[in-house]
Amino acid sequence: MNSAAFTVIAIFTVAAALAAATLRQLMHAALSFAIAFVGVAALFFLLGAEFVGLALVFIYIGAVAVLIVFTILLTRRDVGKVRGFNWGGAIVAVAVFGGLTWSILKTQSLAIVAPHMSALTVKRIGAALMTTYVWPLQCVGLLLTAALIGALILVLEEKP
Amino acid sequence: MSKSIDQVFVSAKQWLLSSLAGSSTWVIQVVSSLINIFALLAVFLTLFALISVLERKILARMQNRYGPNRVGPCGLFQPIADGIKMLIKEDIVPARADKIVHFLAPVLIAAVAILTLSVIPYGRNMTPFTIDGGVLFFFAVGSTTELAVFMAGWGSNNKFSMLGAMRAIAQMISYELPLIITVLPVVMVVGSLAPDQIVAAQADYTFGLVPRWFVFTPWGATAFILFFVSGLVESNRTPFDVPEGESEIVAGHMTEYSGFKYATFFMAEYIGMFAISGLGITLFLGGWHAPARALEFIPSYVWFFAKLSALLFVYVWIRGTLPRTRVDQMMNFAWKFMLPMAFTCIVAAAVWHYAGRGLRGWLWSLFVIALVYTALSLLLDTKRRFAPRVYRFAE
Repeated sequence: MNSAAFTVIAIFTVAAALAAATLRQLMHAALSFAIAFVGVAALFFLLGAEFVGLALVFIYIGAVAVLIVFTILLTRRDVGKVRGFNWGGAIVAVAVFGGLTWSILKTQSLAIVAPHMSALTVKRIGAALMTTYVWPLQCVGLLLTAALIGALILVLEEKP
Repeated sequence: MSKSIDQVFVSAKQWLLSSLAGSSTWVIQVVSSLINIFALLAVFLTLFALISVLERKILARMQNRYGPNRVGPCGLFQPIADGIKMLIKEDIVPARADKIVHFLAPVLIAAVAILTLSVIPYGRNMTPFTIDGGVLFFFAVGSTTELAVFMAGWGSNNKFSMLGAMRAIAQMISYELPLIITVLPVVMVVGSLAPDQIVAAQADYTFGLVPRWFVFTPWGATAFILFFVSGLVESNRTPFDVPEGESEIVAGHMTEYSGFKYATFFMAEYIGMFAISGLGITLFLGGWHAPARALEFIPSYVWFFAKLSALLFVYVWIRGTLPRTRVDQMMNFAWKFMLPMAFTCIVAAAVWHYAGRGLRGWLWSLFVIALVYTALSLLLDTKRRFAPRVYRFAE
């Protein structure tokens, strides 16, 4: 059952990712990108990490996909235009894929049977974030707030 | 007796599943989910049909006219007539529209709206989809609406659609913040994201009289009001129906939709309204609990739907009363008032918790909220009541 579900989700995700890379309309590519994230979130659900899956949907589809779509819309004048094959992008993609494959192959292989762990509940994630990882969390929060204020100052117009 | 009436739907489902006793687990799981889905769709689509005619009736009453009264007794069959009309209407797709995106937008928006309904507990043991992070699921799935609205606006290839979609996304993102932050105090106090546990935490009565709903604490009441206003915005209802403002941009992102696709958008909007009201009931109004011990013999789902109807009436009432706000007023309100007040709710809930959850905590949290509210109203008062209006983006 689980392996069948994994196969279906994997094919779905890879197909969406391929569509995101190959579709000629930029906006279609951006939307397929969002679909690929649904697939990744479904994989996390399958693994029992529902919090991570939900956070993925929340952040990547609710925020990042909207951001990408808006960036395309507000910065490019040729949104509707069909563009040709981009060799530079292909080279970068192959390089990233190669790097990832190399690092995965170099890593010591993990045991196939995962060590027994209690379910990763929201409560445990919260406890870990608020005790063990409280300083990294606060630093990230500060960084993001600074980025937000910086962005605001960049676009702030002088009052008439 | 009252126990069996309370559990009548749960037992009916058990009875349906018991006929499958011999089959493998996954068959039972699939059939169980299908039963839940059918029940959910049947109940809420009927409710949608009912509310569409009741809303027109109530609005008509407020505006001193009759409203629909031709089809069936008291016009009650009006939604059926509307449905048939919508189904047989011609489906027009603009020639320059992006066909796929234009088609997918209403599908996605309706699917998302129905999905958000699934985590709400409608009665004792009556949550269609039990999940540990139910509240998070609600917001994670709900945030996809923005993408669907964008798809509708962009796919139509029309400037009114695009403008409407931009407005919709701007206001949805702005008000999602206070909406989610007002949920946090409840989650903090209960210590769980599961809707069932949030409802269970509001089960008892103080002094055996006042139910322990969170709306009866100062932080809960504030959070509920903020939640309700944000819910109004999220479901694009008047006075915050800026995205579709008929008098300005035709119908916003729905301009290029006709016939059944338009009806789908409409349905999604109403179902979103049901979902956000249901979540508000779960979080603040005690879910399916009865308001008094003497009334507990009435089944739990009756209480849930009674509360839902009360909230829906308020929605219609507000629509009949208030004019549409301006875009800039609405944005200012979100960032300058709603957001600080939402954060105050978190602090007040913490104060309430650490002062022992009793009368002392009640008074202290009231003090915190009153303090911030007064400070905010002093700060936001610009003292320029009759200044000439300045246009920044139009001549």
